[in-house]
Amino acid sequence: MLKARQLSFHFSPSVPLLQDVSLTLRAGQWLGLSGDSGAGKSTLGQLLAGYLAPQAGDVTLDGEALPKSGVQPVQWLPQSPELAVNPRWRVGKILREAWTPSDAQCQAFGVQAKWLSRFPQSLSGGELQRICVLRALAPEVRFLVADEISTMLDPITQLELWQALKREAEQRQLGVLVISHDTALLERLCPQRLHLSEGQLKPW
Amino acid sequence: MLTIDQLSLQLPLYTSWWKRDWATCLDKFSLTVSPGEVHAVVGASGAGKSLLAYAIMGLLPAPARLNGQLYYQEKPLNASRQRQLRGQELALIPQSLSALDPLVRTQRQVAWAAQRAGQASAHAWHASQQALDHYQLDARAQQAYAHELSGGMARRVLTAMAHVSQAKLVIADEPSVGLDPHQRQRVLNALRELADQGKSVILITHDLRHALPIADRVTIMRDGKRVETAPACAFQGSGASLTNAYSQALWLALPDNAFATAGMSRREQEVNVA
Repeated sequence: MLKARQLSFHFSPSVPLLQDVSLTLRAGQWLGLSGDSGAGKSTLGQLLAGYLAPQAGDVTLDGEALPKSGVQPVQWLPQSPELAVNPRWRVGKILREAWTPSDAQCQAFGVQAKWLSRFPQSLSGGELQRICVLRALAPEVRFLVADEISTMLDPITQLELWQALKREAEQRQLGVLVISHDTALLERLCPQRLHLSEGQLKPW
Repeated sequence: MLTIDQLSLQLPLYTSWWKRDWATCLDKFSLTVSPGEVHAVVGASGAGKSLLAYAIMGLLPAPARLNGQLYYQEKPLNASRQRQLRGQELALIPQSLSALDPLVRTQRQVAWAAQRAGQASAHAWHASQQALDHYQLDARAQQAYAHELSGGMARRVLTAMAHVSQAKLVIADEPSVGLDPHQRQRVLNALRELADQGKSVILITHDLRHALPIADRVTIMRDGKRVETAPACAFQGSGASLTNAYSQALWLALPDNAFATAGMSRREQEVNVA
């Protein structure tokens, strides 16, 4: 269970972003998070994955702090895959940075073998996003924070990505926090949904 | 206004440093855009949408192989005419926000766009202010640097630059990516407004759902080919008035519709396109 307790966070003291935000994500749970731009959705996602440290409150995984080293059990998937890869590495090396997915897993996510010898700039955003999602699914991973990962995808690719992720999550009981502006998408994917506004979470 | 006739584009692809292949990015692609029309070009990532924009603007990399014809106002649009009209009659609202100069304040950049279109500097400054006001960018945003703007504001700055250039053909490449619903609506409405003033707008996007309310016609694109051009009103209900299975699948895959592949596998879709 991934638990955030009374998180408070601000980038500058005069502008509080999150105030006393608490959230629980269980194994196998799909939780939706919506909110306007600048509401702090991505910040909350990064706090949960340990990319940022809260000024108050804590994030725990089964009652313990997030590990300091090794493959992180909570993975944050950012919106822009181009910024999440090393442009000087070939796609194959990027994909296998943390673990080596099987051919079947590659196929499930629509990752083609011919991409692996290319450099990231010669793949499209959608292709690269699938690489990034697959890269984050190492066996140690138990929770995913999917931060607008399908915004740049066409409807069919978006659907296929979510179907693949849904299958994988079901098999492994991954907990997934889906951050998106797209309320229709959240309604389809997540039985429980929260809205972040003025630093507070409300269910919808 | 603009006619694209059987345009094919190939780009070199180096599989090893000594071995060059050609990747076909546009395959006999045709399209016409009339004045006053918003024509949405919708397709998956990697379908060649942005390359289409670059081909119209003449911004392709040098080794590109281009076949077919482009006509702008009934005359062939060749490289020299593209150079002459670019920034004046043809405007591109690029996908990447890094198109903004990071070292220049917003208003100065918009004024530059006006000057490139041939306005005197004093007038350009005034026009830039008006354009920025029009897109509801306040005094603070006008004096901000690119990194201080939110994604939605930066998009509106880019739209304002296309606006002041008085362009007759505006190509917007994924203008609504990553914006919240409110901001997205503003940016898309701004494009509709341009078309209502008699300009032609090509809206390049993967976001079929939000393109529909402002588009007159929609061209579905796949692997560099045109799959179907349909009026925006054909996209409703179960998509029965769409003639192509891929367009239907695209429509039905939307989360507000079936959010399902409509019983069609990837393989079948490919056969249909072929």
